[in-house]
Amino acid sequence: MIPASFDYFAPATLDEAFALLEKHGDEAKILAGGHSLIPMMKLRFAQPETLIDINNIPGLSYIKEEDGHLKIGAMTRESDLEHSDVIANKYPIFTDASKLIADPQVRNMGTIGGNLAHGDAANDHPAVMFALRASVVISGSGGSRTVPIDEFFYGFYTTAIQETEILTEITIPTPTGKTGNAYHKLERKVGDYATAGVAIQLSVDDDGVCTYAGIGLTNVNPTPMRAARSEEALLGSKLTESDIKAAAKFASEDCNPSADLRGDVDYKRAMVEVITRRMINKAISRL
Amino acid sequence: MKNEITITVNGEKHTAEVENRLLLVHLIRENLALTGTHIGCDTSNCGACTILVNGKSVKSCTILAVQANGKEISTVEGLSPGGELNALQEGFKENHGLHCGFCTPGMLMRATELLEQNPNPTEEEIRWGISGNLCRCTGYNNIVKAIQYASAKLRGVELPSTEPDFV
Ligand SMILES: Cc1cc2nc3c(=O)[nH]c(=O)nc-3n(C[C@H](O)[C@H](O)[C@H](O)COP(=O)(O)OP(=O)(O)OC[C@H]3O[C@@H](n4cnc5c(N)ncnc54)[C@H](O)[C@@H]3O)c2cc1C
Ligand code: FES
Ligand code: FES
Repeated sequence: MIPASFDYFAPATLDEAFALLEKHGDEAKILAGGHSLIPMMKLRFAQPETLIDINNIPGLSYIKEEDGHLKIGAMTRESDLEHSDVIANKYPIFTDASKLIADPQVRNMGTIGGNLAHGDAANDHPAVMFALRASVVISGSGGSRTVPIDEFFYGFYTTAIQETEILTEITIPTPTGKTGNAYHKLERKVGDYATAGVAIQLSVDDDGVCTYAGIGLTNVNPTPMRAARSEEALLGSKLTESDIKAAAKFASEDCNPSADLRGDVDYKRAMVEVITRRMINKAISRL
Repeated sequence: MKNEITITVNGEKHTAEVENRLLLVHLIRENLALTGTHIGCDTSNCGACTILVNGKSVKSCTILAVQANGKEISTVEGLSPGGELNALQEGFKENHGLHCGFCTPGMLMRATELLEQNPNPTEEEIRWGISGNLCRCTGYNNIVKAIQYASAKLRGVELPSTEPDFV
């Protein structure tokens, strides 16, 4: 399978990339890891006239803690997340997720920025971002703006990124208090997209009362979603078994999965309930 | 819509003008006639097209040739330049790590990076490590043993038995 013809540019700076985006408008697409875009181009689901490869722009790949935030550069590869000590020690939710995303070769190419910018509810990072209340830094020739994850996903394959902009960074507030997080997705086989996936982050105070709850769901809604009612059920609670059960039930009721080869609607809702419960317990075990 | 690229493949420099939409696997197989790199699925799933780009194992059916400009590429042909099998190749031979052999070049290239990153992997780490490579023949057990054999050989410790399990 061969993609349709296109023009190809590999700018060396962000400014050059912005200029190219402004010149080519919606005929152009950013090429990051290429592991969502190139398969779509090979199938001719996507036929951009121009590709702007941002792999040669230095300074877009990093994982650092700064100003009360974890900052991740958009071009950071899944394999970098998988092998980072900062991530493994403080944000094991990323290690959980990265390990379940595709396979080692795909993870050597796929970027966290591309995973979000693709705007696909089947991708795993969006749910993690909801759980961590991340923001996305979107840059253009006029400067940068920061968009909370709740305002980032517009619809199927569409996000807050305008055609002249590039997603440059993900920022995650450093949690306060005792915090635990976890992610799991049910997959039919290695490399498959989620039948259902759940991301959880919880913080508790010294009395064991939940002071923060973040819950994101993968592939059980037309867009990546926050399980808001489930979060409310946990906030202020002592995370008793009945509160956890209630939160899991809300998640299964509030999502909106569609029937496909991975399962029917009832099955997916049931799986959301089970995985939510398990991941809450796993996050608690990591507090 | 073409661009000129320069790549180093198994230590040898090549310059070519290529169509932007040419996939790296086609450049390797057709332009450079290095047909050890296989195309199995053409959909980023099977890993038969795995090569190393700057030391990282990647699926060359999902990378454009123009993206490889300026990069160092290794393919299965580069594993034994002198014609002598390297530790991994010997491991596959000694442990019956291949039947039809179609997946083997991709397995070898993937295992090359795996052992580079983790010279003494557990069985589970090997199985996760080759989870992007499909084999229709072996049932994987002998591939795992082949990689364990190569790991032992490269670390200079006693080689594991190459007797089949069922004997
Ligand atoms: C076999 C296979 C299995 C997979 N399994 C999973 C899985 O289980 N879970 C999962 O989450 N993903 C999975 N993926 C997808 C993979 O993780 C992709 O790499 C990821 O979705 C996209 O990241 P990328 O860097 O490759 O982006 P690209 O493919 O380069 O880009 C994707 C889209 O985002 C845009 N874009 C990319 N970066 C930016 C940016 N910085 N600014 C603005 N726009 C940008 C591009 O223009 C394009 O429209 C799989 C892929 C394959 C091939
Ligand atoms: S041919 Fe590239 S992954 Fe199958
Ligand atoms: S040996 Fe035949 S596919 Fe692996």
